[in-house]
Amino acid sequence: MGFKVLIQTEAIDFGKEHGLLQDSGDSVGAIATFFGTVRDFNETRKVESISIEHYSGMTESELKKILNEAKARWKISAGTIIHRVGKLHVGEGIVFVGIASSHRKEAFQSCDFIMDYLKTNAPLWKKERHDGGEDWVSSKESDQIFARSWEKGSY
Amino acid sequence: MIKLVFFASLREELGCGSLEIEFNQPLRLSALIKQLEKKKGNHWGKVLASESVKIAINKEIVVNDELLSDGCEVAFLPPVTGG
Repeated sequence: MGFKVLIQTEAIDFGKEHGLLQDSGDSVGAIATFFGTVRDFNETRKVESISIEHYSGMTESELKKILNEAKARWKISAGTIIHRVGKLHVGEGIVFVGIASSHRKEAFQSCDFIMDYLKTNAPLWKKERHDGGEDWVSSKESDQIFARSWEKGSY
Repeated sequence: MIKLVFFASLREELGCGSLEIEFNQPLRLSALIKQLEKKKGNHWGKVLASESVKIAINKEIVVNDELLSDGCEVAFLPPVTGG
Protein backbone atom coordinates (compact mmCIF):
# COMPACT_ATOMS: atom_id res chain seq x y z
CA MET A 1 0.00 0.00 0.00
CA GLY A 2 1.38 3.44 0.63
CA PHE A 3 0.41 6.44 -1.40
CA LYS A 4 -1.45 6.54 -4.69
CA VAL A 5 -3.15 8.92 -7.10
CA LEU A 6 -5.61 7.76 -9.75
CA ILE A 7 -7.60 9.51 -12.47
CA GLN A 8 -10.28 7.25 -13.84
CA THR A 9 -13.54 7.10 -15.75
CA GLU A 10 -14.80 4.07 -13.78
CA ALA A 11 -16.86 4.33 -10.60
CA ILE A 12 -14.90 4.61 -7.34
CA ASP A 13 -15.09 1.48 -5.18
CA PHE A 14 -15.28 3.13 -1.77
CA GLY A 15 -15.33 -0.15 0.19
CA LYS A 16 -12.25 -1.49 -1.59
CA GLU A 17 -10.28 1.73 -1.13
CA HIS A 18 -11.25 2.00 2.51
CA GLY A 19 -10.24 -1.62 3.06
CA LEU A 20 -6.83 -1.05 1.48
CA LEU A 21 -6.20 1.88 3.85
CA GLN A 22 -7.34 -0.18 6.82
CA ASP A 23 -4.89 -2.93 5.87
CA SER A 24 -1.98 -0.55 5.33
CA GLY A 25 -0.16 -1.43 8.55
CA ASP A 26 -0.53 -2.34 12.21
CA SER A 27 0.32 1.20 13.33
CA VAL A 28 -2.84 2.52 11.66
CA GLY A 29 -5.39 3.63 14.21
CA ALA A 30 -7.40 6.14 12.24
CA ILE A 31 -8.78 6.47 8.72
CA ALA A 32 -10.43 9.65 7.49
CA THR A 33 -12.09 9.82 4.11
CA PHE A 34 -13.77 12.41 1.97
CA PHE A 35 -16.12 11.23 -0.75
CA GLY A 36 -17.52 13.95 -3.01
CA THR A 37 -20.64 13.07 -4.99
CA VAL A 38 -22.73 14.70 -7.70
CA ARG A 39 -25.67 16.57 -6.17
CA ASP A 40 -28.84 17.49 -8.03
CA PHE A 41 -28.54 21.27 -7.65
CA ASN A 42 -26.04 24.09 -7.91
CA GLU A 43 -27.02 27.51 -6.64
CA THR A 44 -30.59 27.75 -7.94
CA ARG A 45 -30.44 25.26 -10.78
CA LYS A 46 -31.38 21.62 -11.00
CA VAL A 47 -28.43 19.56 -12.23
CA GLU A 48 -28.98 16.46 -14.38
CA SER A 49 -25.39 15.32 -14.85
CA ILE A 50 -21.86 16.67 -14.97
CA SER A 51 -18.86 16.04 -17.16
CA ILE A 52 -15.32 16.48 -15.94
CA GLU A 53 -12.35 17.36 -18.10
CA HIS A 54 -8.70 17.39 -17.01
CA TYR A 55 -5.17 18.04 -18.21
CA SER A 56 -3.80 14.52 -18.48
CA GLY A 57 -0.37 14.19 -16.89
CA MET A 58 -0.51 17.50 -15.06
CA THR A 59 -3.49 16.47 -12.93
CA GLU A 60 -1.65 13.38 -11.71
CA SER A 61 1.54 15.32 -10.97
CA GLU A 62 -0.34 18.09 -9.10
CA LEU A 63 -2.20 15.54 -6.99
CA LYS A 64 1.07 13.73 -6.19
CA LYS A 65 2.57 17.05 -5.09
CA ILE A 66 -0.41 17.67 -2.79
CA LEU A 67 -0.14 14.19 -1.30
CA ASN A 68 3.61 14.68 -0.76
CA GLU A 69 2.94 18.00 0.94
CA ALA A 70 0.45 16.28 3.26
CA LYS A 71 3.11 13.64 4.06
CA ALA A 72 5.56 16.40 4.89
CA ARG A 73 3.10 18.18 7.20
CA TRP A 74 1.54 15.24 9.06
CA LYS A 75 2.62 11.81 10.18
CA ILE A 76 0.47 9.65 7.93
CA SER A 77 0.88 6.01 6.97
CA ALA A 78 -1.02 5.79 3.70
CA GLY A 79 -3.02 8.03 1.41
CA THR A 80 -5.22 7.72 -1.67
CA ILE A 81 -6.61 10.34 -4.02
CA ILE A 82 -8.95 9.17 -6.79
CA HIS A 83 -10.69 11.62 -9.10
CA ARG A 84 -13.12 10.70 -11.83
CA VAL A 85 -13.30 12.26 -15.26
CA GLY A 86 -15.93 11.96 -17.99
CA LYS A 87 -19.70 11.94 -17.59
CA LEU A 88 -21.20 11.43 -14.11
CA HIS A 89 -24.80 11.29 -12.95
CA VAL A 90 -26.42 12.54 -9.76
CA GLY A 91 -25.37 10.44 -6.78
CA GLU A 92 -22.14 9.12 -8.31
CA GLY A 93 -18.79 9.60 -6.61
CA ILE A 94 -16.55 12.33 -8.04
CA VAL A 95 -13.57 12.24 -5.72
CA PHE A 96 -12.21 10.00 -2.98
CA VAL A 97 -9.56 11.11 -0.53
CA GLY A 98 -8.55 8.66 2.18
CA ILE A 99 -5.80 8.95 4.76
CA ALA A 100 -4.58 6.38 7.27
CA SER A 101 -2.57 7.43 10.30
CA SER A 102 -1.97 6.41 13.89
CA HIS A 103 -4.14 9.15 15.35
CA ARG A 104 -7.30 10.92 14.24
CA LYS A 105 -6.10 14.54 14.04
CA GLU A 106 -3.49 13.77 11.39
CA ALA A 107 -6.05 11.88 9.32
CA PHE A 108 -8.77 14.54 9.58
CA GLN A 109 -6.47 17.49 8.97
CA SER A 110 -4.53 16.02 6.07
CA CYS A 111 -7.75 14.93 4.37
CA ASP A 112 -9.16 18.45 4.71
CA PHE A 113 -5.89 19.97 3.47
CA ILE A 114 -5.77 17.70 0.41
CA MET A 115 -9.32 18.64 -0.62
CA ASP A 116 -8.65 22.37 -0.20
CA TYR A 117 -5.53 22.15 -2.37
CA LEU A 118 -7.14 19.84 -4.91
CA LYS A 119 -9.98 22.35 -5.35
CA THR A 120 -7.57 25.17 -6.19
CA ASN A 121 -4.56 23.47 -7.84
CA ALA A 122 -5.57 20.38 -9.78
CA PRO A 123 -6.35 21.07 -13.47
CA LEU A 124 -9.87 19.65 -13.50
CA TRP A 125 -12.99 21.35 -14.82
CA LYS A 126 -16.66 20.53 -14.29
CA LYS A 127 -19.44 21.21 -16.74
CA GLU A 128 -23.02 20.88 -15.59
CA ARG A 129 -25.94 19.74 -17.67
CA HIS A 130 -29.22 21.18 -16.44
CA ASP A 131 -32.70 21.74 -17.82
CA GLY A 132 -31.60 24.95 -19.55
CA GLY A 133 -28.51 23.53 -21.26
CA GLU A 134 -24.86 23.22 -20.23
CA ASP A 135 -22.51 25.49 -18.30
CA TRP A 136 -18.97 25.36 -17.00
CA VAL A 137 -18.95 25.56 -13.20
CA SER A 138 -17.49 28.80 -11.84
CA SER A 139 -14.66 28.69 -9.33
CA LYS A 140 -15.48 29.94 -5.83
CA GLU A 141 -13.57 32.61 -3.93
CA SER A 142 -14.29 30.64 -0.73
CA ASP A 143 -12.15 27.75 -2.08
CA GLN A 144 -9.20 30.13 -2.47
CA ILE A 145 -9.69 31.33 1.11
CA PHE A 146 -9.81 27.75 2.44
CA ALA A 147 -6.59 26.88 0.58
CA ARG A 148 -4.82 30.02 1.80
CA SER A 149 -5.77 29.25 5.39
CA TRP A 150 -3.25 26.38 5.36
CA GLU A 151 -0.42 28.78 4.53
CA LYS A 152 -0.74 30.71 7.75
CA GLY A 153 0.15 27.78 9.95
CA SER A 154 -3.13 28.41 11.75
CA TYR A 155 -4.16 24.78 11.92
CA MET B 1 7.57 23.58 -32.83
CA ILE B 2 5.64 24.76 -29.80
CA LYS B 3 2.40 23.02 -28.87
CA LEU B 4 -0.37 25.13 -27.39
CA VAL B 5 -3.31 23.60 -25.52
CA PHE B 6 -6.49 25.23 -24.28
CA PHE B 7 -8.89 23.74 -21.76
CA ALA B 8 -12.57 23.80 -20.81
CA SER B 9 -14.23 27.22 -21.15
CA LEU B 10 -11.11 28.66 -22.85
CA ARG B 11 -11.23 26.00 -25.54
CA GLU B 12 -14.88 26.81 -26.21
CA GLU B 13 -14.35 30.57 -26.16
CA LEU B 14 -11.50 30.31 -28.65
CA GLY B 15 -13.01 27.47 -30.64
CA CYS B 16 -9.64 25.69 -30.48
CA GLY B 17 -8.33 22.84 -28.34
CA SER B 18 -4.74 22.80 -29.50
CA LEU B 19 -2.46 24.16 -32.16
CA GLU B 20 1.19 24.07 -33.12
CA ILE B 21 3.34 27.01 -34.04
CA GLU B 22 6.71 27.10 -35.76
CA PHE B 23 9.67 27.72 -33.50
CA ASN B 24 11.97 30.25 -35.16
CA GLN B 25 13.82 31.74 -32.22
CA PRO B 26 13.49 31.75 -28.43
CA LEU B 27 10.51 33.84 -27.40
CA ARG B 28 8.85 34.81 -24.15
CA LEU B 29 5.29 33.98 -23.16
CA SER B 30 4.17 37.59 -23.59
CA ALA B 31 5.56 37.60 -27.14
CA LEU B 32 3.76 34.35 -27.89
CA ILE B 33 0.44 35.85 -26.77
CA LYS B 34 1.09 38.95 -28.91
CA GLN B 35 1.87 36.71 -31.87
CA LEU B 36 -1.39 34.81 -31.36
CA GLU B 37 -3.34 38.05 -31.07
CA LYS B 38 -1.86 39.25 -34.35
CA LYS B 39 -2.59 35.98 -36.10
CA LYS B 40 -5.97 35.13 -34.59
CA GLY B 41 -7.45 38.47 -33.58
CA ASN B 42 -7.88 40.74 -30.56
CA HIS B 43 -10.27 38.31 -28.92
CA TRP B 44 -7.43 35.81 -28.42
CA GLY B 45 -5.19 38.39 -26.79
CA LYS B 46 -7.97 39.47 -24.47
CA VAL B 47 -8.94 35.94 -23.46
CA LEU B 48 -5.38 34.64 -22.97
CA ALA B 49 -4.09 37.66 -21.06
CA SER B 50 -6.99 37.51 -18.58
CA GLU B 51 -5.84 37.53 -14.95
CA SER B 52 -7.84 34.42 -14.15
CA VAL B 53 -6.02 32.34 -16.78
CA LYS B 54 -3.07 30.30 -15.51
CA ILE B 55 -0.30 29.12 -17.77
CA ALA B 56 1.64 25.88 -17.56
CA ILE B 57 4.81 25.07 -19.46
CA ASN B 58 5.45 21.34 -19.80
CA LYS B 59 2.70 20.75 -17.21
CA GLU B 60 4.17 23.05 -14.53
CA ILE B 61 2.45 26.31 -13.60
CA VAL B 62 4.57 29.37 -14.32
CA VAL B 63 4.05 32.88 -13.01
CA ASN B 64 6.78 34.79 -14.81
CA ASP B 65 7.24 35.78 -18.43
CA GLU B 66 9.22 32.63 -19.20
CA LEU B 67 11.40 32.03 -22.23
CA LEU B 68 9.94 29.24 -24.37
CA SER B 69 12.10 26.59 -25.94
CA ASP B 70 11.61 24.40 -28.97
CA GLY B 71 9.37 21.39 -28.32
CA CYS B 72 7.68 22.79 -25.24
CA GLU B 73 3.97 22.53 -24.47
CA VAL B 74 2.21 25.67 -23.30
CA ALA B 75 -1.18 25.19 -21.64
CA PHE B 76 -3.76 27.86 -20.92
CA LEU B 77 -5.94 26.95 -17.96
CA PRO B 78 -9.15 28.65 -16.83
CA PRO B 79 -9.88 28.61 -13.04
CA VAL B 80 -10.06 24.99 -11.91
CA THR B 81 -13.27 23.46 -10.54
CA GLY B 82 -12.50 19.86 -9.62
CA GLY B 83 -13.44 18.03 -6.43
